[in-house]
Amino acid sequence: MYKNFFKYLISAIFLLGFSVNSNADFKVGFVYVGPTGDHGWTFQHHEGRNAVEAAGIKTTFVESVPEGADAERVIRQLAQSGHDLIFTTSFGYMDPTNKVAKDFPNVKFEHATGYKREHSNVSTYSARFYEGRTLLGHIAGKMTKTNTIGYIASFPIPEVIRGINAMTLAAQKVNPNIKTKIVWVFTWYDPGKEAEAAQALIDQGADVIMQHTDSTAPVQTAEKAGVWSFGQASDMQRFAPKSILTSIIDDWAPYYVERAIAARDGTWNQQDTWHGLKEGMVAMGPYNSAMGADLVKEVEQLQKDLASGKVHSFTGPIYDQKGNILVAEGKVADDGMLAGMSVYVKGVEGDIPK
Amino acid sequence: MSLDISFIGILIGSIMASSVPLILAASGELITERSGVLNLGVEGMMIIGAISGFALMVITDNLFIAIVGSMLSGVIISIIFGFLTQSLLTNHVATGLALTIFGIGLSAMLGKNFVGIPGKEFPILFSSLRESIPFFGPILFGHSIVLYFAFALPFLTNYFLKKTKLGLVVRAVGDSPVSATNQGINVILVRYCCILYGGAMCGLAGAYLSLIYTPQWIENMTAGRGWIALALVVFATWSPIKVLIGALIFGGITILQLHMQAIGFRIPVQFLSALPYLMTIIVLVVISRDSRKIKLNTPTSLGRIFYKEK
Repeated sequence: MYKNFFKYLISAIFLLGFSVNSNADFKVGFVYVGPTGDHGWTFQHHEGRNAVEAAGIKTTFVESVPEGADAERVIRQLAQSGHDLIFTTSFGYMDPTNKVAKDFPNVKFEHATGYKREHSNVSTYSARFYEGRTLLGHIAGKMTKTNTIGYIASFPIPEVIRGINAMTLAAQKVNPNIKTKIVWVFTWYDPGKEAEAAQALIDQGADVIMQHTDSTAPVQTAEKAGVWSFGQASDMQRFAPKSILTSIIDDWAPYYVERAIAARDGTWNQQDTWHGLKEGMVAMGPYNSAMGADLVKEVEQLQKDLASGKVHSFTGPIYDQKGNILVAEGKVADDGMLAGMSVYVKGVEGDIPK
Repeated sequence: MSLDISFIGILIGSIMASSVPLILAASGELITERSGVLNLGVEGMMIIGAISGFALMVITDNLFIAIVGSMLSGVIISIIFGFLTQSLLTNHVATGLALTIFGIGLSAMLGKNFVGIPGKEFPILFSSLRESIPFFGPILFGHSIVLYFAFALPFLTNYFLKKTKLGLVVRAVGDSPVSATNQGINVILVRYCCILYGGAMCGLAGAYLSLIYTPQWIENMTAGRGWIALALVVFATWSPIKVLIGALIFGGITILQLHMQAIGFRIPVQFLSALPYLMTIIVLVVISRDSRKIKLNTPTSLGRIFYKEK
């Protein structure tokens, strides 16, 4: 009697075990570099996660994970605890993601803004933020009175340098006297430091501020000082209603939902995705009426042209700081060059820190 | 923009604003240490002040309540330290470190729902004078009331310690608790008061960050300023006026490195960012070689547990 009972118990446990691995328990994990409430970079990834959840797929997330050794521990933990697909949403997670992916061949990994796909279960994805930067540059070039644009930069990686260059090229096109001043803060998220950097740039005569960091501190500082600013990663209008001219908005939701469903249904393949205004991964916030109707119209047209491919952010001739040609007249920069961009274009002041 | 005279005025104004939390926290800690208590919990008390101030501002929409509340929260958390070290006679260093870790963790938990809420604009005084007077305008005017208080505080502290009877009592307790007891002074009571005062000033320093300097709440937003304040007290050899000077130097380095970058100065950014910490070490080494300088103001019984036999 008891013998049979144990038999049933054991088979029941086995059955339970199998059901854990079935589709119904498909789980997606997310690793964030900042808090979900940063109202910038991480906030937008979290919105993407919410969309996946809304599509009926179970998700979990870990926020404020420092880049480096700690990240590997967190990613490994997610892989071990039965997640089938893991999105790692910061550049600095590149090596940890690939390291963990090697040990968990059955788990799929998606790394944002990186370029390393060392194992067949790692995909990378990013957005063509530089298309948004081109629009910001056009607006900044028209709006500045001091001809000085202040730029708060995080880390000297191609992603950030590409943004600086795209913005400067577009600003030069509408205002040849433009100067781009850059302050490197070496952090993605430190509102105190970002605010001090913004203030330093404003004190030095910049009347348009933009940032490649994640907090709302720069736009708040700009609002206080009465200069123009732009939202980064998310619509930051309510943090600086007078100062913000528009925001670059990252919309990860469609991609996340598509990839999660593909992984669940077994159609997931390794790929390298780079979407922009055309696919809607990069979107623009509402344009501030202070820009004037003419400029808004101009920028909306440029936005359409960038999306359709009629205009490219990096159209030659483009020179580096020393005057060497980077992109020949009539040509546009290819994706390989964009992905590895590590020099400033002509007109940017200063050196890239090593 | 060139390095003209009005620009230097703006620069000095920025440096003053960034040194306020250091002045407040270090002045508070200085009184605590002069009474013979070493409280390493400055960072923890500051971060608790930061979240309390911000949360109260969001809840009550009243900046006065927020400021007073942040000071009270600093007092409350320092009571824990006081009770442990003065009544239960625990080790000052270990208890202070625990207070910092506790404060950072507790503030992150309390602040969960306050992340990403925009702060309120804090009123600044004499903003019209700031614009109209070149050079002196941005230095003297257009600041928050907390800044003026912070810059008066070292002088008040100096006066208190040197010219008042109570100040003498605090110094006596810090130098020789045994003699002070023989004089009929309640050493434990005096030390309790100094600990609570230190807590209030650290709370205010935190609130300055979350309400005025960068009006928002973020986890760990004090970012090591508490530790710099602690070093500052030693750097100043326990003299209030030197605390003020040291705070301006440390604040100045932070601001100047950003300005030098914007000008296009070729100094490695990482080196400039590390300068405040390097300076602290260098100053510690320099003053430790001159024992007379230290002895002058050092509370002799600093960090030692005092136990009154009954």
